[in-house]
Formats: sequence, C-alpha cells, structure tokens
Amino acid sequence: MPVEKELYLSASGLTKVFGFGRQKTVAVDHVDLNLYEGEVISIVGESGSGKTTLAKMLLGLISTTEGDIYFQGKKRDISTHRKKKEYWKNIQAIFQDPFSSYNIFNKIDTVLLDCIHMRGGRKFPYAKKVELMTEACSFVNLKFEELTNKYPFELSGGQMQRLMIARIFLLKPKILLADEPTSMIDACSRATILDMLMQLRKEIGMTIIFITHDIGLAYYVSDSVYIMEHGKFVESGSADDVILRPKEPYTKRLLNDVPKIYEEWDLSTV
Amino acid sequence: MKHTLRQIFRSGKFVFGFSIFVGILLIVIIYPLIITNHPLEIVGQGTFFPPGVYVNVYDSLGSTSYTLMLEDAAAKRIASKLSEGDRTAIKEWLVKAGIPEGEIDTADTEKLLDQWVNNYDPNKNIPGMTNAKRNYFIRLNNSLKGLLSTEGVSIAVKNTETGALEESDFVGQSEYVNVSQVASVRVLPLGTDNFGRDVLTELVAATRVSLQIGFVAGTIATLIGLALGLLAGYVGGLVDDIIMFITNLFTVIPTFVLLILISFSIGQDKRGPFAIAVVIGLTAWFWTARAVRAQVISLRNRDHVNLSKLSGHSIAHIIIADILPYIASYVVMALILQISAGILAEAGLSILGLGPRTTEVPTLGLMMNWAMIYQAQILGKWWAYFPVIVVIALIAFSLNLMNTGLDQVFNPALRD
Ligand SMILES: Nc1ncnc2c1ncn2[C@@H]1O[C@H](COP(=O)(O)OP(=O)(O)O)[C@@H](O)[C@H]1O
Ligand SMILES: [Mg+2]
Repeated sequence: MPVEKELYLSASGLTKVFGFGRQKTVAVDHVDLNLYEGEVISIVGESGSGKTTLAKMLLGLISTTEGDIYFQGKKRDISTHRKKKEYWKNIQAIFQDPFSSYNIFNKIDTVLLDCIHMRGGRKFPYAKKVELMTEACSFVNLKFEELTNKYPFELSGGQMQRLMIARIFLLKPKILLADEPTSMIDACSRATILDMLMQLRKEIGMTIIFITHDIGLAYYVSDSVYIMEHGKFVESGSADDVILRPKEPYTKRLLNDVPKIYEEWDLSTV
Repeated sequence: MKHTLRQIFRSGKFVFGFSIFVGILLIVIIYPLIITNHPLEIVGQGTFFPPGVYVNVYDSLGSTSYTLMLEDAAAKRIASKLSEGDRTAIKEWLVKAGIPEGEIDTADTEKLLDQWVNNYDPNKNIPGMTNAKRNYFIRLNNSLKGLLSTEGVSIAVKNTETGALEESDFVGQSEYVNVSQVASVRVLPLGTDNFGRDVLTELVAATRVSLQIGFVAGTIATLIGLALGLLAGYVGGLVDDIIMFITNLFTVIPTFVLLILISFSIGQDKRGPFAIAVVIGLTAWFWTARAVRAQVISLRNRDHVNLSKLSGHSIAHIIIADILPYIASYVVMALILQISAGILAEAGLSILGLGPRTTEVPTLGLMMNWAMIYQAQILGKWWAYFPVIVVIALIAFSLNLMNTGLDQVFNPALRD
C-alpha cells in the first residue's frame, strides 16, 4: 500500500441497524475501511450483504447506528446543509439502477446544469454552460444536441448510466462511489461503462470505491478488495492477495461462481 | 405532462364523470344569467305548490279569447273534477244502494255520473254507514252539482257607487286563451317549497353554494394534509411522531361527531357557509396527511432523491421538485374525494340543523333540512327534496367517477 498517499476516507466500527425488536436487521456490522488517494477499492458481496447500505452511510445519505467516518484525516461533519453540500463536492455516487436514479420530471439539461451550478457555475453565461455540457456528453460518447430537452427515461439503460458518468465528469469529485453501476444494464454496454469510468479516473485523478457482486470484475478494476458477507468484511487485502490466494471459504465460493476468471477478464481485451 | 392529460381524457370513466360535473357547473353558471330572480324570493303564498305552468287567472280573462270546438273538453273537465277516490266512493254507495256491481264502470265518467244523479238520495238509509261517511257523500254530491252544466260563467264587477254587481264579461265553456298572450305566466318546473320559493332557482343557487363549500373545504383539507404529510414523511423523527400523534387522534374520534360539536359551539348566527366550509376542511385533512406521508416515506429513499441531495439541493427544493411531482396525481385524486366529502358533510350537518345559518343563501343540505322539517316526504311533495337528492348524488357520483378514472390512468394495475 502506498504509504506516502493521503488517507482520504476511513471508517471504523461502522454499523447500521434497521428496525428494532424482531424486525431488527444488522445491515452493516462493525466495518473498518481505509481509502487512500488515487486508489480503487472494491467491495464484493452477494445481494443483501449490506453493500448499498455501507455506501449510503459513507455518502452521508443515511445516518450511522454506530462507528465513525473520517474524511481527509478529520472526523466527518455533515450536521448542516452547508457542510453536507461541501462534503458532496468531494464525494459523489453512481447508483445501481439508472432507471430510478433520475427524477422523471426533470430534463437531461437540468441534471447536467445542477452539476455545473454545484461547481460554482451558476452565473456562467448560458453558452459556457452549453459548452461544458457538450464536453461532458462527448466524454461519454453522447451528443448533447440530441439530448437537450429530452428526458432521461427516453434513453436506454446504458445511455442513462453514461449520462451519470457525464455528471461525475462535470462534478469532478475526489471520491466516487460506484454502486454496481453495470449490474442493471445489458452486457454489451458494460465494458463501455467500465472503460469510461477508468478513463475518467485517469482524467481527473479520482479515487473510487467500486461496489460489485462480481468478484472477477473487482479483480479487473481494483487495487484492493473487501469481501463482504452478512454486513461484515470477512477478508480484505490487495486484489492479487484476496483473489488469487483466497483464505476464506466465502471468498472461494464467490470465486467458484466465476470459473473462467482469467479468460473472461483478460485485461487486454476489454 | 401532455401525454398524461391525453391519457386521462381517454379514460371513459373520467370523461363521463367530468362531463356530468362540467354540465352541473355550466348550469350553475349560466342559469342565474338567464333567470335573474333572487333564489330566496318568496313567490308562493302557501307551501309546496306542485311543479307546473302558473297562468294568472285575472290576466287570462283580459286576454284575447278564442273559441275552440274540442270534443273531449267536457269529458276532461268532468274527469279533472272527479278524482279516483271519488269514483270508488260513488261505486261503493251505488253498490250498497242495490245497483249490480257489473253495471258500474268507474272509468266511464258520463255513465257513472248518470247513475249517481238518478240514484243518489241523501235521506236514503244505508245500513252500516257512519255519520261521517254520510256527510262525505253529501259534500261530494254538492261538488258535483253543475258539473254537467253547459252554461258559461259570468264575471261581475262591483259598481263603486251603488255597490251593485254588474256583469262585465262572460266566459263560455269553449273559450280559450293563448298562454303566450297572457300577460303574467310563471313556470315553476319544480314547484315551490315550504316557504313558497321557486325550487329550481333555489336548487341552482344551493348547488353553487354547496360546490363552493366543497371546494373550500376540500382545498383546506388537502393543503393541510399535504403540508403535514410531506413534513411528517420527509423530515421524520420527532416531527413525524408529533404529527402522527395528532393524526391518529383525529382518526379515532368520529369526525362527524367532532364536526357536530364544533358547528354547535360556533353558534347559529356565526355559521356562514364559509365558516362551515372551514370547519369541514379542518376536520377532514388527516386522511390526506396519512396517505401523503405513506407515499413520501416510500419516495424519500429513492435514488432520484438521493441524487438530488448529492447535487446539493435544499430540503425545500427536494420536496417541491423531487417529491411533489411524484405524488401530484395522488393529491389531485385526494382533492376530488375531499370536495365530494365536503359537500356530503355540509348536507349531513344541515340536515341536523347545524349547517350555515338559513337567512342568506340556500345550500343543498339546507334545502333537505327545510323539506324534512316541513314533512315534504310524508306529504308526498317530492319536488321539494327529490331533485336535491339527485343533485347531491350526481355531484358525488361524477367526482368519484373522475377519481376512479384517474386511478386507472395513474395505477396501471387497475387498467381494464
Ligand atoms: N431502508 C431499509 N430498511 C430496512 N432494511 C433495509 C433497508 N435497506 C436495506 N435493508 C436491509 O439491509 C440488508 C442489506 O441491504 P443492501 O445494503 O441493499 O444490500 P446489497 O446492496 O449488498 O444488496 C438487506 O437485508 C436489506 O433488506
Ligand atoms: Mg445494493
């Protein structure tokens, strides 16, 4: 692990409990996590293992039951709207389901303009805003002229997810939380989306938390991997260590589900 | 948006309900422009005049008279004087007087009268007949006198000096006036009520006031319910607990009882239609609040709301832009139901005598109340209450139909 790099985001003893009494669900159970500048980490687990819940806590979208989150060395403070907004300039997300990620009453322009405004561009002349939006769209191979005045639901799932990346392109956050960004879209678009994410990472030097249920995918994109089972991290370490030399039976089982890991995720072909 | 509207107007149920409702609205708006009489003006000296065309008798004497030779005129005249009850009574007497039942035909007026005139004798002693019955037959006989006369009637005027009666006009049995030439004619399509008011004019005015009460009450209930539902659902925590406590309190208290108590405590002279509408609105918001809260809770964790948060939007912006549009259709439906419920609540209150004070405007409920106090339903004066019931039912029916239609559009699972 690169020691000289800054510790961006870390969590210790992070816990989330939903409900109480009989309906109590411990979705995330005393999780520790360290994220260094420029790193890509993956959180891998089956559906229902608590990945999304963990992501939402890290994003500050839901409260934590227990545990602390540190951002750039200091304890994270998002007690006011202003502080939250400041935090969200640094950390952004792409959600799993593009179809429910957009407000169906907002046009695509609104989605992108919101990002420009968040970066302090509210007073830009409109032409400048269009220029920025066009640039962001072309980064993800979309044409802004074709998208303007359209609604997100008029796009395909893959296009919507690309628009999400365009959003990140405009926001240029330090950290991106990508919560299974490719699991709800067709297989053909998947590689494109991943490619664009990695390209964006290079372009703006982003740190990424990549959430997936696909351990092969995690190996392909990440420096270190956290394996999550029933809300707990059962194994973590560098991608090579965890995936090529797994110790936990759960990890081995996940690996068995992707038998042809080496052929399928040959780095040169994607 | 346009697409949704088009879909709404493709729903048969909605369009049907909407047409009825718009029809009622148009009548309520246009009728007072044509018939400008004051709705509470008392035109009839007496109660419950039946529906019909009222022709001024004095004016018709003064109008041009035409002679028409109509064969059935005499028969009609007699028939109109002789009710069904009188006919059976006559038959009863004749049978008791010894005429074979087979020879009597109550439908044949002329023959029946003939038999009566030839046989009736007030002094004839019929066994088992009470005095009251005997007197009835004497009265009946007197009223039939002159019925078969072919003479006309003389109109006499009192000489102001001598006081003697002088014939001024003579009306023959075949004389007619043209109704359109009579100076004063008043059509009372639904007759008059217990106060002698024109029921139709009053009904239109009452419908307008009741609709206004419904709109005001429905809007108040929906706005309060929406605001509290949004607040409780989105903010959650203690705010939610407090609002839900109040809401639950309202839910367990029967609202109508509450409505009665509040109306009663306001006092008769302070209860205008607007006050009643406000009271109804204030006791009806909690259903909307509950429903809106439930919807908001299911919305607030959606990803599009999360994305809006991540874009730095304020709570107000998120509620207005990311929550409200999603529940707008639902709120419109709630509003429609609240309007309908408001109109019914006013009717219920007024029937109990706790509606708006009675001196200024009529409402549908007040008309029902008046009809009931004056026992229109017992006296068989259907025109005083039945049209009111029809209007209330039509309004409630059309609003509920619109609601069902909207439900089908917004709820794909219900589409047929
Ligand atoms: N808002 C919530 N209320 C109650 N339980 C929840 C809520 N969100 C998630 N859970 C529960 O927490 C567990 C983890 O869910 P989630 O974080 O979505 O898993 P993953 O993203 O790995 O599929 C699941 O058992 C889920 O039912
Ligand atoms: Mg998930």
